[in-house]
Amino acid sequence: MLFKLSIKNMKKSIQDYAIYFLTLVLGVGIFYVFNSLDSQKAILELSESTKAIVDLLMTLLGGVSVFVSFILGFLIIYANNFLIKRRKREFGIYMTLGMGKGSISKILVTETLIIGVISLGVGLLLGVFASQFMSIFVAKMFEADMTAYTFAFSSKAAVKTIVYFGIMYLSVLLFNTITISRYKLIDLITAVKQNEKIKIKNPMIAVITFLISVCALGYAYYNVTVKYLDLNETKLMIMIVIGCVSTFLFFWSLSGFLLKMLQGNKRFYLKNLNMFVMRQVNSKINTTVFSMTVICLMLFVTIGVLSTGVSLNESFTENLKKSTPKDICIENMIDGEKQNDKTVKEILEENDFDMSLFLPDYVDATAYETEEITWKQTLSNVKEDLTKQFPMIRWDSKEFIVGISDYNKIARFYGIKTYDLKENEYMVLCTFKSMKEIRDKSLQNGMELRLNGKTYQAKYKECKDGYLNMSQSNTNMGIIVVPDEVIKNDKTLFKASNCFAADYNGTTDKEKAEIEKKVTNFFEQKKIKQCLIDTKLSLYESSRGLSAIVTFIAIYLGIIFLISSAALLALKELSESADNKERYEILRKIGTDQKMINRALFSQIGIFFLIPLLLAAVHSIFGIIFANKMMVTFGEASLLHSILITAAVIVVVYGGYFIATYIESKKIIQN
Amino acid sequence: MDAVLEVKNIEKYYGNKGNLTKAIDQISFRVEQGEFVGIMGASGSGKTTLLNCISTIDKVSSGAIKVNNMDITTLKGNKLNQFRREELGFIFQDFNLLDTLTAYENIALALSIQKVNSKEIDKKVKSISNRLGIEQILNKYPYQMSGGQKQRVACARAIITEPKLILADEPTGALDSRSSRMLLESFNYLNGDMNATILMVTHDAFTASYAKRILFIKDGKIFNEIRRNEDDRKEFFNKIIDVVTLLGGELSDVI
Repeated sequence: MLFKLSIKNMKKSIQDYAIYFLTLVLGVGIFYVFNSLDSQKAILELSESTKAIVDLLMTLLGGVSVFVSFILGFLIIYANNFLIKRRKREFGIYMTLGMGKGSISKILVTETLIIGVISLGVGLLLGVFASQFMSIFVAKMFEADMTAYTFAFSSKAAVKTIVYFGIMYLSVLLFNTITISRYKLIDLITAVKQNEKIKIKNPMIAVITFLISVCALGYAYYNVTVKYLDLNETKLMIMIVIGCVSTFLFFWSLSGFLLKMLQGNKRFYLKNLNMFVMRQVNSKINTTVFSMTVICLMLFVTIGVLSTGVSLNESFTENLKKSTPKDICIENMIDGEKQNDKTVKEILEENDFDMSLFLPDYVDATAYETEEITWKQTLSNVKEDLTKQFPMIRWDSKEFIVGISDYNKIARFYGIKTYDLKENEYMVLCTFKSMKEIRDKSLQNGMELRLNGKTYQAKYKECKDGYLNMSQSNTNMGIIVVPDEVIKNDKTLFKASNCFAADYNGTTDKEKAEIEKKVTNFFEQKKIKQCLIDTKLSLYESSRGLSAIVTFIAIYLGIIFLISSAALLALKELSESADNKERYEILRKIGTDQKMINRALFSQIGIFFLIPLLLAAVHSIFGIIFANKMMVTFGEASLLHSILITAAVIVVVYGGYFIATYIESKKIIQN
Repeated sequence: MDAVLEVKNIEKYYGNKGNLTKAIDQISFRVEQGEFVGIMGASGSGKTTLLNCISTIDKVSSGAIKVNNMDITTLKGNKLNQFRREELGFIFQDFNLLDTLTAYENIALALSIQKVNSKEIDKKVKSISNRLGIEQILNKYPYQMSGGQKQRVACARAIITEPKLILADEPTGALDSRSSRMLLESFNYLNGDMNATILMVTHDAFTASYAKRILFIKDGKIFNEIRRNEDDRKEFFNKIIDVVTLLGGELSDVI
């Protein structure tokens, strides 16, 4: 009997459940897709080194999945609360008929189980098919061979999905039972008639709070973008807290503020149903401030994560192209051992290396060190900054010194900027951001170089871009460039490193890969340990894996956050449409056009969907600027591209939820 | 005088062929400009159905209802909405004020949906609330008002569009006796001083005694009709009680 009742209830309220059900199916599907990545054919065929990256990716995805299941669990419990609230009256009737709370719980348990099982089944099916498409994407990311395609099913991921969602549904059952046991009969019966108490805020307080929240947001934006150099961890945390709190205050006061502003404009306020819509928004926003804040922050994460995650992949490749101008760079770390101060070329020739593997235009440059020039000499005038930034610093580290013509030779080969120096000048090359700031300061403080009894002045009051070893294109901690005479005359200098750069003598990628294999084999066989080898190909492979990991996790999190926030809003709106039914009925009774009513409903729901999205978009603008400054410099083109992709995803998913909500609400208020 | 409302042989059936219920069975009457007509009857007599048909919330099965010589039973869709908002004013038992709007806004809404310009709206709301004595509560929300105040706001909303006909459905049903009296005085004012035509459905004899003519309905038919003429309200009340007794029901509802 109870089972029949459950089934009937669900058939009746299938409209209420549609969006909830759809969200569950999507959640299950996405969960499966990302947890089944490793079983895909494309990944099974990867090389060993990329496989290690995939293993790392799976471990990370496993961790992220736990987090995701918390989010989805929260969403499901929250959504269930809405659905139960709508049915208070129904439960009230059961109870007046003498049905116990236990039986009502049983009805709910049955319903939850049915929905759970069906959504799991459909979701898994969807996931299995979606993962086939995913494998195409994966193959592209890892540049794997897709010719041998087979249908893949991961039973491990399926079991994991079932277990995780099973736990979520069980906790929903628990929550429902608790909620039901708390209800009093009188509340259930009168549930429909009770309107939410409308808390009225003093409009002036709302206006003031609104201005404060906007200023606070501006302050936080300013600090993370313009003043980002002054940020440390605690300060950043403070900014995030300010951001969250002022987002909350923004929503708390927004409707009051808008109402106040629009009421001033009688022509707008008294036109059509504008007044009604504004009041609707105002009356509801009071009770939805918290969820609005959560939704806005979730959307912010979505936008930020999706757009940076997608562009990361592109900008990594772009950066790599810039930072690996040549095929190979070999550095002999001499490290003061006089007996081994040979150049790379000498080592190669000594061991009978076939130099014809390289194109003949290869170059090398030698860097020197001296006891006279250590960090103590060059950086003691910025001691505080340095120890703050690098607490483990060794003050007796010797600076690298290179002659200007040697540097220019290798720079010309790399295609980077060359420089000129007069006989009493020196300059500093540095590309590592935080170190560059400190060195710039030291140069501005008038740092002089004293070598062999002679004083040299800095030509530039800041560090310039440049490097010897191409692997240091972003991580060069500092190289001092001096006139060639210094190298020639100063007897305290000794060779510290020799850097050799060359292109492979091959045209296709395949030929180059073969040459690379020969080179690495040579170094292994001859047991030449003091040489560091960096090649374009190896740098590409490792960074592609890294960016793939970040991109996958970004897409996973971004999409889960997006559907969660959209579903939250949709369910909230739907449950409120049911409450608003009476208000729309009154409008109809006093003779309002159906068209006008529909338009009012549309703007009301539109406002609720748009406001958190707009604020999230503004947050994201500054968030992306911040990420851009702090971590990786994205190419502008790739960022624009990824923002467009993100926007498209949001329009489709979020817009889809919006349209569905509008159509459903229209049905509710017309019944 | 012109008839504002003319009801001709209307019928309203519920159910299907096998089990037919006639909620309204051949009712005809006229309401002239400036009249205050009450319709009385026990629950189930068909009085609310009648009002619903006149207010176009429900449709008749046969017959014609003419408002200002226009047959409203043939209106459809937006024409119907237009008729409702321009020709009729409603006062309901449970007020039907929007709880999210202030009194001022509730009254103004009736004009907003007619796309009246804002200056006009402001002027009209102020003047009507002045006449109904509700200027003090214009900025209050329904939940901050008493029942009587709410109903007077509803009156203001009904009258502000200057409708041909005001329909009141048990307007005192949710009010205590003091508020009822105040409301009915307002009705008298609307009818007497503003020359509004009012059709009021009630089963309360006291409320009905404010009307100038009363139609009694029983089992979907007009059972009796009495006019107040020159009687004072007390005498009219007694006459009403007599008919109610004759009707044989719901004495408990009368007092």
